[in-house]
Amino acid sequence: MTSTVLELHSLARSFGGIKAVQDVSFTLRKGEIVGLIGPNGSGKTTLVNCITGVHKPTAGKVVFYGEDVTKQKPHQAAQRGLCRTFQIVQPFPEMTVRENVAAGALFAQKINSLSKALDKADEYVNFVGIHEMADIPAASLTLANRKKLELAKSLAMDPKVLMLDEVNAGLNSGEIIGALNLIKKISQKGISIIIIEHLMKVIMTLSERIIVLHNGELIAEGLPTEIINNPQVIKAYLGEKFAKRLMEEKND
Amino acid sequence: MLKTANIIFILWVTVLITTPLYAENYIVRAAIMVAMFSSLALSWNIIGGYAGYPSLATAAFVGLGSYVGAVSQVNGVTMLFSWVLATISVGVVSSLLGVLLLRLRGHYFAIGSIVLVELFRLIASSWSSVTGGGNGLNIPILRWDPSTVASFFLSVMILLMILTYMMNIFVSNNRLGFGLKCIKQNEDAANMVGINTTLYKVIAFMLSATLCGTVGAVYASWSGYIDPTESFQIVLTLKVAVMAMLGGAGTILGPVIGASTFVVLEEIVWVNFLDWNRAILGILIVMIIFFLPNGIIKLGILRIFKEKLNQKFKDNIK
Repeated sequence: MTSTVLELHSLARSFGGIKAVQDVSFTLRKGEIVGLIGPNGSGKTTLVNCITGVHKPTAGKVVFYGEDVTKQKPHQAAQRGLCRTFQIVQPFPEMTVRENVAAGALFAQKINSLSKALDKADEYVNFVGIHEMADIPAASLTLANRKKLELAKSLAMDPKVLMLDEVNAGLNSGEIIGALNLIKKISQKGISIIIIEHLMKVIMTLSERIIVLHNGELIAEGLPTEIINNPQVIKAYLGEKFAKRLMEEKND
Repeated sequence: MLKTANIIFILWVTVLITTPLYAENYIVRAAIMVAMFSSLALSWNIIGGYAGYPSLATAAFVGLGSYVGAVSQVNGVTMLFSWVLATISVGVVSSLLGVLLLRLRGHYFAIGSIVLVELFRLIASSWSSVTGGGNGLNIPILRWDPSTVASFFLSVMILLMILTYMMNIFVSNNRLGFGLKCIKQNEDAANMVGINTTLYKVIAFMLSATLCGTVGAVYASWSGYIDPTESFQIVLTLKVAVMAMLGGAGTILGPVIGASTFVVLEEIVWVNFLDWNRAILGILIVMIIFFLPNGIIKLGILRIFKEKLNQKFKDNIK
């Protein structure tokens, strides 16, 4: 049995009268890849925001390596190793790719000298394969490369848990294959990954476990094959036809 | 690049500090103003240039510094020690206010910070028992001969200018400066990579206020008289921000170039067009900012200077 990294205990968050997340509990183990799916507005991003301290949960607890971190600020989450990428990429536009990545190393890993952080940055820039663009401003990258930059920046933060919020959205199929290999490589480093995605192909290939949110509630949790056969999930998210097709693809 | 900037700075300081040897009092006075505004613009650069928070609180802290300096001098504190007191109290006040003010972003922050100037002015004019209210305060002046006094204040202002310049170098080579640049470009992302953005912004705000307090106290001792309207001028606040942007905000040498250009232009226009000087100065500044939005420094002054230097060096070898 591998060790538990992150636990959520009946986490809830409401905005005024709207309950964006309610009573969500789950456990993430070391090195695991968990898929987080659900229709638009089901609370996936809010859940990630609660884990990384952007939103304060209205109820429940976030426990990281046995420590209650419910009340943390975003920068504390980053320094602990709870890192995330954004659905809409968030680079420092006028800084070079290398500097962007160095920011992750410098502040989250608490490396003191800038030159050391820049050396460290090169390592991750190479890892995600954008070393040819290391010295150009982040603003001039293509979308696919910006997503890679976002990954490199998160990796430079030395994450324990990496939350990927739709890293594959907007990529073409060739680029997606590249991204899939990259995520597998990251997972092999022993980093636990929560992947939010609408592309079921990505979720099915990568996830060891899937959790499904609907109207802020956790409606299903299980192995990928269990999830695509779950009538509640089919009704709320996948749809009859699509679920059937997924099953066929899986059997092929 | 950095080295060239330092050489230019050292040369400029040398020109300023030697003015009493060859120039008349009017020029020495202008040199004092250049050094003073350079210190203020360099201070502003930390919060406005690096962190991208356009603070308009400069005059509030200059005024506060001059009042703390003046009040303590009137109550028998020696001049030097009153400057130290002013510096410390502005440092403390600005960090407390920073915690409150820096919750605001962008234009809201600019408005919030300009309110401080007005607020401090009202306090200074209402609290007559301490500040003398609208009558102002007379500060004991130095009983030396006028040219010695001018040289003395020139050296003090230049010392402050060098201090603020060194503060800029220190910040820009440090993780503080890197963090501030990140905040300027994308504050949410900065927070997400582990930067304690609130702390960083408050430190930047405090650094950019503290030496303004010293400048204010020194200025008060130099002029010998302060009153609320003179000390807390909205125009001063705007001038300093314009100077930094004119030269190039976020660069080390930019604010010095901006402040010097501004003061020199102001003097020239004042002397030649007595009636329309404000309008003409305004038009000139608008033109410069329009054609050089990133500041005079982007004109390539440094590069031209470097080439000249290299040329000289080669000639010498021949």
